[in-house]
Amino acid sequence: MKCFIGIDLGSTTTKAVVMDENRDVLGRGITNSRSNYDTAAAVSKQEAFIDARFTLMERAIGKIPGAGDKIERLLSDLRRNFQKTQFLEQLKDLEQTCDLHITGARFAGKEGHVKETMFKIFNDISTSAQELYAPDVKLKSDFFRDIAGSRFMRTAENEAQLAGLPFELLMNVYDKAIIEVENRPPEGDLRGKFLQGLEYLVAENSDIGVDYEQLRAAVSDTLDVELEETYVVGTGYGRVRLPFPKEHIRSEILCHGMGAHIMFKGTRTVLDIGGQDTKGIQVDEDGVVKNFQMNDRCAAGCGRYLGYIADEMKIGLHELGPIAMKAKKVPRINSTCTVFAGAELRDRLSMGESRADILAGLHRSIMLRAMSIIARSGGITDEFTFTGGVANNESAVQELKKLVKDNYGDVKINISAESIYTGALGGASFAQRAVMG
Amino acid sequence: MTTDNNTKAPVNLAKDVQKDHSQLMQKEMIRGNYKKLAEAVDDPDKKVVYTFVPGNLNELIQCFDVVGNYPEINALQSAMQKKTGAYIMEAERHGQDEDVCTYVKSDLGMMRKGNVGPSGDKIADPDLLLLSYTGCFTFMKWFEALRHEYKCDTTMLHVPYQGDGIITSNMRDYVVKQLKEDIIPALERTSGVKFDIDRLRENMRHSAKAEDKLVRVLQTAKNKPSPIDSYFGGIYYVGPSFSSFRGTPECTAYYDALWDEVNARVKAGQGPVTPEGVMQKERYRLVVEGPPNYTHMREFWKMFYDEGAVVVASSYTKVGGVYENGFRHDPDNPLESLADYCLGCYTNLNLPARTEMLENYINDYEADGLLINSIKSCNSFSAGQLLMMNEIEKRTGKPAAFVETDLVDPRYFSSSNVKNRLESYFQMIEQKRNSSAA
Repeated sequence: MKCFIGIDLGSTTTKAVVMDENRDVLGRGITNSRSNYDTAAAVSKQEAFIDARFTLMERAIGKIPGAGDKIERLLSDLRRNFQKTQFLEQLKDLEQTCDLHITGARFAGKEGHVKETMFKIFNDISTSAQELYAPDVKLKSDFFRDIAGSRFMRTAENEAQLAGLPFELLMNVYDKAIIEVENRPPEGDLRGKFLQGLEYLVAENSDIGVDYEQLRAAVSDTLDVELEETYVVGTGYGRVRLPFPKEHIRSEILCHGMGAHIMFKGTRTVLDIGGQDTKGIQVDEDGVVKNFQMNDRCAAGCGRYLGYIADEMKIGLHELGPIAMKAKKVPRINSTCTVFAGAELRDRLSMGESRADILAGLHRSIMLRAMSIIARSGGITDEFTFTGGVANNESAVQELKKLVKDNYGDVKINISAESIYTGALGGASFAQRAVMG
Repeated sequence: MTTDNNTKAPVNLAKDVQKDHSQLMQKEMIRGNYKKLAEAVDDPDKKVVYTFVPGNLNELIQCFDVVGNYPEINALQSAMQKKTGAYIMEAERHGQDEDVCTYVKSDLGMMRKGNVGPSGDKIADPDLLLLSYTGCFTFMKWFEALRHEYKCDTTMLHVPYQGDGIITSNMRDYVVKQLKEDIIPALERTSGVKFDIDRLRENMRHSAKAEDKLVRVLQTAKNKPSPIDSYFGGIYYVGPSFSSFRGTPECTAYYDALWDEVNARVKAGQGPVTPEGVMQKERYRLVVEGPPNYTHMREFWKMFYDEGAVVVASSYTKVGGVYENGFRHDPDNPLESLADYCLGCYTNLNLPARTEMLENYINDYEADGLLINSIKSCNSFSAGQLLMMNEIEKRTGKPAAFVETDLVDPRYFSSSNVKNRLESYFQMIEQKRNSSAA
């Protein structure tokens, strides 16, 4: 089966989309960009191919008599158990890598003690995988580093105290090992992991609602389908680092414009707020870019700004929007400079302003800056699509909608749940066109 | 290999820069002028006049045996030698704000550091500051600062702005009156030389010849492939006619040599000469508005020629005179013609005229689109650029793009950002071509 892949190498995350010959999306994958772009590209692509297998499985399971309304649940359980298998595999790798780092003068005389403590920590995390990947549990992150890291910190603090070891010593071992592990794409025996996931699924619930043999055959047949990596197009800020020939590289402007067009055919203006740039793009009825503007020299008001604010507040990035939505008023904050943001935040908190209000003001200031970029690119005359990671932030979206209405009246605003994949989607579409015309 | 200030991304630049004979010739001419400026330091009989490129009165200045010094040229030459970063910081230490024109700051910083010019020799202090004011308000403040510093004689030619897009006889008369009553007397006073109108006529004859040849060279870009790059190469081509050499026989000789080279490339069907040799395949023909960046000139240019992009026409090569519409310095009407020259400089044109000029370039030179290089510290050039861009896009249907750099402040050239946009722009042109062909 011919597959066309788009990889969007962003400053924060790397996204991949796999498309078939008919330009239907088969799979999507995402990973953190790390400091190793090659690995990020490889991991996101592998994730997208795994997702593509699930899409094919969905089609195959749909043919099993009586599957009907059970497909969604079956797939969700299968996916969850597959992820658990993958998590446990990477956790084992992490444990072994940590073990290799327990050496040298710092550990003299206590290697055994440290290793024993580490064993307890990893054993605990491994056990907790059951609850992490239990049905209906929503993970806070899709990335191994985040999941394993938060568990490790929590467990290590306690175990370090019990063992009489410095917490920093254990964290230091972890920090060294995690970089190596995340730069090692997961091992390739995907078939084994899928089938293991299926075993877990049956183990946790014997009544799966369909004939097990037929389900296993559907999964197995799907795994037999060869997914040919026909053509890959790379885009995004790190695209020059991708190990692709030049003709396989497309600008993220073109990819976001095309991706938005594929998602919403009527799109004429696209706003993309990524980690370090904000893009205003005008496209025609075929998704061809007519004009664009980007932030210059300075990444004030981009996604990283929100990341910095979240760090300053010691909360997760995903928590910013919900907190800001509780604001009673939206203070005017002019500075979108990431460096000044911390001072601005502390200053306002000391003046007694609520976190929710301040965050609402910060979201508004980002959107004001984005509005300037949109205006410079030619403004909004018709259907408007907001893409990028920030499009998942409800407060940012709320402020954007207000500003668009104030400045351009009632225009249709599109936001897709998959908006973070817009660039990769455009890339995959260019890959498909490069081969199929 | 150099390293970009902001990204630390390595950029490979060839060590052996390819230069045409005419370029070497020009280098010698510039060196000669700096030598004269250096000799004037210890020679009280050698008088020095500082003046600016747009609306310069070089034919007139030559009549008084004084040496001309062009502060913007010092700044851009210093930028290419990577000296302006230190000059600008020096000026900022002495009270110049971050947003002040970086030509100004480079000049003031160079002065503070001993006024050693790009050639390595000291530049003599001015005996006269001759401000020909053609649309840039900063020029006035710049010379005000220099006057404060040097306390020398200062004279200003006020050239009325072409707000309505036309030159009226009143405007011309007003300039001529100032030439007669203020400028010429100031030059006589400074030099002790009596004004000789026949000498001016003779200089203007030389100018007109050089201008014919310059236009002929610039218009070869209508060929496909274009044998010249009218922006990166263009700044060299206009050099002699924009500065101390216009009105001299050596300027005409320079354009003869240049013509021979360019014409040979036309005949051979060759593209422009870049620092890495003749550009092989012309893929994109662009019109560029706005001054170039001088601190990373080669790196900037490489972003174009690596992609097969050639600039076929630019507005920047018209700041020292617009000749393509037929204007020539006229020996039969010397003062009136000097007035027309000043009034017609690109910096003195209103937005509709600048827009029309760029639109015509896109059509006449069969360009694929318009690129604007907006200069952070140049409000004079930047004001209205987006408006012009949108209008030209509408009129021509050709895609336009916008990049931002600075003239001579190395802190404001963000290599990866500029490259990112240019690549996007080139691909945008390609995408548009493909969709038109489909």
